[in-house]
Amino acid sequence: MSLKSTRQGFGDAITKLGQINKDVVVVSANLASSLKITDFAKLYPDRFFECGVAENNMMGLSAGLALEGKIPFACSFASFSPYLNWAVIRQSVCLPKANVKIASSHAGLATGADGATHQALEDLALMQVLPNMTVVVPADYDQAYEATLQAAKMNGPVYLRLTRSDTKQISNYNPGVAPGQITNKFQINKCQILKEGKDLTLISCGPIIFEAIKAIEIASKGSDPMLRKISIELINCHTLKPLDKETIIKSVKKTGRCLTVEDHQVFGGLGAHIAILLSQNFPVPMRIMGVKNQFGQSAKKEAELYKKFGLDSVAILKSIREIIKK
Amino acid sequence: MKENARLKKIATQIRIDIVTMLASAGSGHPAGSLGIADILTTLYFMLLHHNPKQPNWPGRDRFLLSAGHLCPALYATLAEAGYFPKKQITTLRSLGSTLQGHSHRGSPRGVEIDAGSLGQGLSVACGMALAAKLNKQKHKIVCLTSDGEHDEGQTWEAVMFAAKYKLDNLIEFVDRNCIQIDGSTEKIMPLEPFEKKYLAFGWSVEKINGNDIMQIIKAYKKALNNKGKPTVIIAKTTPGKGISFMEGDCQWHGKAPTTEEAEKAIRELKLLK
Repeated sequence: MSLKSTRQGFGDAITKLGQINKDVVVVSANLASSLKITDFAKLYPDRFFECGVAENNMMGLSAGLALEGKIPFACSFASFSPYLNWAVIRQSVCLPKANVKIASSHAGLATGADGATHQALEDLALMQVLPNMTVVVPADYDQAYEATLQAAKMNGPVYLRLTRSDTKQISNYNPGVAPGQITNKFQINKCQILKEGKDLTLISCGPIIFEAIKAIEIASKGSDPMLRKISIELINCHTLKPLDKETIIKSVKKTGRCLTVEDHQVFGGLGAHIAILLSQNFPVPMRIMGVKNQFGQSAKKEAELYKKFGLDSVAILKSIREIIKK
Repeated sequence: MKENARLKKIATQIRIDIVTMLASAGSGHPAGSLGIADILTTLYFMLLHHNPKQPNWPGRDRFLLSAGHLCPALYATLAEAGYFPKKQITTLRSLGSTLQGHSHRGSPRGVEIDAGSLGQGLSVACGMALAAKLNKQKHKIVCLTSDGEHDEGQTWEAVMFAAKYKLDNLIEFVDRNCIQIDGSTEKIMPLEPFEKKYLAFGWSVEKINGNDIMQIIKAYKKALNNKGKPTVIIAKTTPGKGISFMEGDCQWHGKAPTTEEAEKAIRELKLLK
């Protein structure tokens, strides 16, 4: 099975968009090779703008392009955009609903060796708090590719959270169906139920969902009889905003329990958003797994970081055991 | 000279409307708004290609007010030009009004960008200038910034970008009134040698008296013929221009006149008509 990154999925989709949509333009803040947009730059130099290490200007300029009918993709790392240019996104993009797509890579602990400065763990909080913003977290290469194409068709600001390292493909995970067959198509604004279950709703987003998949596999095949008989529903909530309330509420009504897993601060992320939804609509026992009010650090492999910060499959299994007793 | 007299008369009316709207709002920024009235008048009543009946006409010149706190001047100018009924000006800063405390795109019709947090407008102008070039459109992008917002790094990011991409369809006016909210610009954060900075960044620079209509026209026409470089027109203006007790006094940066002060100011302005 080939491993590919979500940022590669984004970059390949951008090249495709260059060919099929003349209004698509790309704005780079000196990270073109990291965002995999160099092919677009070579093929469509008239529609590629390099603004240097200047994220504020990149965003303002994208707003101007969008207000004139272009579809700009503003590309950088999440720890710079939206961190440095949040006020520009708020005023020049979200307030006038400018059709700007923000593509930000190197999000989460998954950034690994670069360390805390580069591991964006607060970007989802910054983005989903803004009115008019759509927030999408693709879990794999295919989803990033598809999300990019769909974002270009939508009218309004979209934040695409991308990641650095190569991952497996969700489409290869289809319990009960033939391998490679996707049970439900990726569509922005709609959750994907990757596996149905009746005892617990497990919700995740981004490549860390593979830790949740691993936990479910261990639970179903492992030696613990209690875990073996738990039926877990796994939801890929790739769109944090607007949240697919219907699918989530329907699921927890069935299971009565909810566990969320994300590569982001607990405050203001996926779990927090779902907690706001459920506490006011259908309160159930809930656990939110994420980074708990601390910064990341360097490690050579992201697996080491997921273990250190209590977000690997072992930690997920522990949370499953705890919540199932509720 | 006839043209000059016509524009002067309009500018005076716009100043009266600025004072009227700020007095009724009870808060806002009179000094800078009054200072740029001659620039806005000359742009909207002579230099810009625009149509108040078709505010979204694709061929219009774009005017972007980056210094959003000066929006009373823009609102008064748009009302005078016929973009919206003048009776609305007294709703400035009221609940539900299209005339918000700082300006938003399309509110009222004719406003191009959202502004208030400083330093963003020139970047947006660069994006619009790029789009015009991509679309092979001939219109100009005119952006008015304040001198104070040159404290913002983003302004200089945009300055570098505009030179790199040779945005000769971009004309920037800097309202060089030498005041900002906490005092004089040269005390808060010195900008001089301002002209030399822009020259070093690769721009064409015009330095004018921004309250002299003939100088505004001359500099703008020169900018129109400029090729391969963006133009900045550093327009020295008098804050509070036209009202004796406001001129040059930085306490009027962000304080609205009382009803009595407004009446006194309007009496003075009417003498100019």
